[in-house]
Amino acid sequence: MKRFVIKEFLHIFRDIRSMVILFGMPIAQVLLFGFAITNEVKDVRISVIDQSNDQHSLALTQKLYASGYFIDGEDIPSVTLIEEGFRKGVTKMVVVIGPGFASKLATGEKPPVQLIADASDPNTASLITTYASGIISDYSRGLMPGKGLPVISAEPRMLYNPSLKSVYMFVPGIITILLMLVSAMMTSISIAREKELGTMEVLLVSPLKPVEIVAGKVMPYVVLSFINAVTILVLSYFVFDMPVNGSVLLLLAESVLFILLALSLGILISTISNSQQTAMMLSMFALMLPTILLSGFIFPIENMPDVLQWISLIMPPRWFIVIVKSIMLKGTGIAFFWKETLILVAMTVVFLAASVKKFNIRLA
Amino acid sequence: MQTSEYAIEAHGLVKKFGNFVANDHLTFDVKKGEIFGFLGANGAGKTTAMKILCGLLLPTSGKIKVAGFDVYTQTNLIKKHIGYMSQKFSLYEDLSIEENFRFYGGIYGLSRKQIAERTSTMLKKLDIEPLRKSLISSLPLGIRQKLAFSVAIIHSPGIVFLDEPTGGVDPITRRQFWEMIYEASEQGITVFVTTHYMDEAEYCNRVSIMVDGRIEALGTPGELKKKFDATDMNQVFLKLARKAG
Amino acid sequence: MRTIFYIVQKEFLQIFRNRMMLPIIFVIPVVQLLILSYAVTFEIKNIRLFIADSDNSVASRNLSSHLRSSPFYNIVDETPDPSVGTDLLQSGKIHQMLVIPRGFEKDLALANKAQVQIITDAINGSAAALMNSYTMSVVNDYNRAIIAEIAPDAGQPVAVTWSYWFNPELDYKTYMVPGILVLLVTIIGMFLSGMNVVREKETGTIEQINVTPIRKFEFIAGKLIPFWIIALFELAFGLILAKFVFNIPILGNVFLIFSVASVYLIAVMGIGLFISTITDTQQQSMFIAWFVLVIFILMSGLFTPVESMPQWARNLNLLNPIAYFIAIIRMIMLKGSVFQDIINNFLILSFYGLSMLLLSVWRYRKTT
Repeated sequence: MKRFVIKEFLHIFRDIRSMVILFGMPIAQVLLFGFAITNEVKDVRISVIDQSNDQHSLALTQKLYASGYFIDGEDIPSVTLIEEGFRKGVTKMVVVIGPGFASKLATGEKPPVQLIADASDPNTASLITTYASGIISDYSRGLMPGKGLPVISAEPRMLYNPSLKSVYMFVPGIITILLMLVSAMMTSISIAREKELGTMEVLLVSPLKPVEIVAGKVMPYVVLSFINAVTILVLSYFVFDMPVNGSVLLLLAESVLFILLALSLGILISTISNSQQTAMMLSMFALMLPTILLSGFIFPIENMPDVLQWISLIMPPRWFIVIVKSIMLKGTGIAFFWKETLILVAMTVVFLAASVKKFNIRLA
Repeated sequence: MQTSEYAIEAHGLVKKFGNFVANDHLTFDVKKGEIFGFLGANGAGKTTAMKILCGLLLPTSGKIKVAGFDVYTQTNLIKKHIGYMSQKFSLYEDLSIEENFRFYGGIYGLSRKQIAERTSTMLKKLDIEPLRKSLISSLPLGIRQKLAFSVAIIHSPGIVFLDEPTGGVDPITRRQFWEMIYEASEQGITVFVTTHYMDEAEYCNRVSIMVDGRIEALGTPGELKKKFDATDMNQVFLKLARKAG
Repeated sequence: MRTIFYIVQKEFLQIFRNRMMLPIIFVIPVVQLLILSYAVTFEIKNIRLFIADSDNSVASRNLSSHLRSSPFYNIVDETPDPSVGTDLLQSGKIHQMLVIPRGFEKDLALANKAQVQIITDAINGSAAALMNSYTMSVVNDYNRAIIAEIAPDAGQPVAVTWSYWFNPELDYKTYMVPGILVLLVTIIGMFLSGMNVVREKETGTIEQINVTPIRKFEFIAGKLIPFWIIALFELAFGLILAKFVFNIPILGNVFLIFSVASVYLIAVMGIGLFISTITDTQQQSMFIAWFVLVIFILMSGLFTPVESMPQWARNLNLLNPIAYFIAIIRMIMLKGSVFQDIINNFLILSFYGLSMLLLSVWRYRKTT
């Protein structure tokens, strides 16, 4: 048994190329996501069609560009050319300031300002129109003398992530994705490979028990995944100042639980697929996309239609992401997520039982 | 191929992998129409030499011509004139016999008619016509090996290279296999075959015996037995191996 | 050229014979498109809100009824004690808490100035920003309602109107479905081509092909065409679904979409084939393909706006074929862009595809 595990380790570690990717990948991804990918909206290209060209309209334009949300897009000389600008994708919003802006302001005539947004990207469109109209009303209110009307000021407080960093959201997601990939995908493929090349039969006739063979095959991946998880945590701590407010030990223990879960899923996939290619496509479509999209990693689950919310209940990553976020960002203990932990344990047991059953049938 | 009486001419063939010398100055000629046995223990360097001759590997040095073409510069011309049956089984297991023949015949540029004709002839010869549409994965090893050989000569090459063609098959199938080799030889195909079954050496016109990357003996089986004072090829081989050890 | 035909024929036979691959290639992507298109949404419809009303006055109750009447909120509970809400936030049961302090009504009446606090779970920064701005605007609405009671004439000095072109209802699916379609087609194309050559290496059949006089480009072309056809077919099917199930408009020319897709797929599959030629096992190849793909996808602008990435990341994106294609397909489908609008990106993609093809032909070795 020991010799077999060592052989599996050598098999994986000798493959330098895969090693580089396996360890380089988490680093590259965390850095990339941490630095490059954000949901914030800034530097959006807009164009202003100023039909007044007076002191106030120029000042308003100035204010828009000074806000940090917008940068100067291509010049659009006339309203009739807006659609062409959108089609070319050179501008995201056109602000049309109607004629006689300053004079109408002075007479209290409420001069019109039109915001025309390219809403093919609805999210950005709604955010930038909100920002722009906020800036415009700020500016116009600044011109009006105060009248002593009642004002309710709302003071926002952002808990756990005061500067709204996207890293906080991405790190738990990336840990989950990588553990899923390395554990589930890699094991399913490596077992499918033995099946495809016919070497599995050689192992099965050896005195090793099937359980031992499978354990031996997955052992290296447990170690690899664990190293990866630690790498990501260290990186996010030192590079992105991502806190670990709760217990590090608990976090690692939960990670091991999740790794085991992913491994049992991988074994299950390998028992039902007939080739590496099938195993890979199954893992890709059955694991990766749902992990990214249905786990609450990027898109909040509560906004999804009910059916999808139910489906997300059986997505292991969903529960693990809750746990990671709770420990790292909220600093809560097991009392707050014992339910999620239990769900993960139960899923592991179910997957293992299913694959053992499949495995035995195949042998019989 | 037109000018020389040799199908293969190898002069000082060397192949190194890093510091390891797999082929150490091999020099030999194979006459057209000959059955040439390339013998040696596992790991003696037979497969490496064969891959070089087939244009799958580049040699480190040496002057080598196959079918009259240079292995450094004219590999694609060589490939038009040779067939190859590798040690690893090389038919598509998820395709039927017919589909495998059609595919390999097609990429050798045979016409539809030629492919259909040869498929029928081969199936008849092997007496497996009802299996025409069976997947390769459902066939026993013996039939698969014979099919792999048939595919290797589907385009009637001048030379066919066989790498351990009878590895793992039963004695009866081995016998049948050698009958196929003789038949090919009668049609004028030069046969270059590696094996580690010494009894098979007796079936060859000439053999070379490789030990640790070098050719230690070369000649007809009769000559070699006489030279080494042995009753069969197995003894010849054991004597050579002992000398090397 | 006939050689290419024989390879294509063989590949199709192998694909259609694998009973497990067929549903994976043809059914799962469709299911994914149907399911995932509903999953990817930033629209906030269900903010779980807790109201801690310590004032319990007419004014504070009016404010909370404003929130109750909004369809965006699901008021989990309302008690005077904010510490209950803090616990709920901690355990993730609510997203947001509104704290109305004692004396809210009095401050409003006497000093014309009152304060409330909006506390949001901000781990998902973008959702938090949206939820926060929703609640702020409800509070502002309420504020405006009070003002209107006191001084009906007062109001905005500027009449700001807005209009949303191409997607007036701000339907997020309209934006995402074309992108997800690209994603699925890409995954199929890249992985099938990426695993294919290396699979022949693993099973040993590649040697048998390498001893034939087949030309390198014939081999690569023969390997590419089947998956190219499958991926285009899948795109066609996906577009039909998008049009008839999701009612996504296709304003532009369908043929333009397909001509861009043809070029794009060559680039993506070229990458897959190139990976295939530099690896020895399917596992390795899959691994590299996956790595490349995840980076390409997440940087492509599919989920997050490309504009907000720093300059270096945008420069990196110049090498990202997915980013080009997602941008183009959205432009053609949603805005009806024509060839002149996308010509630059189209040329870049063509150049990309050509380079990847040449690279894999060059890297594929018949003799090592």
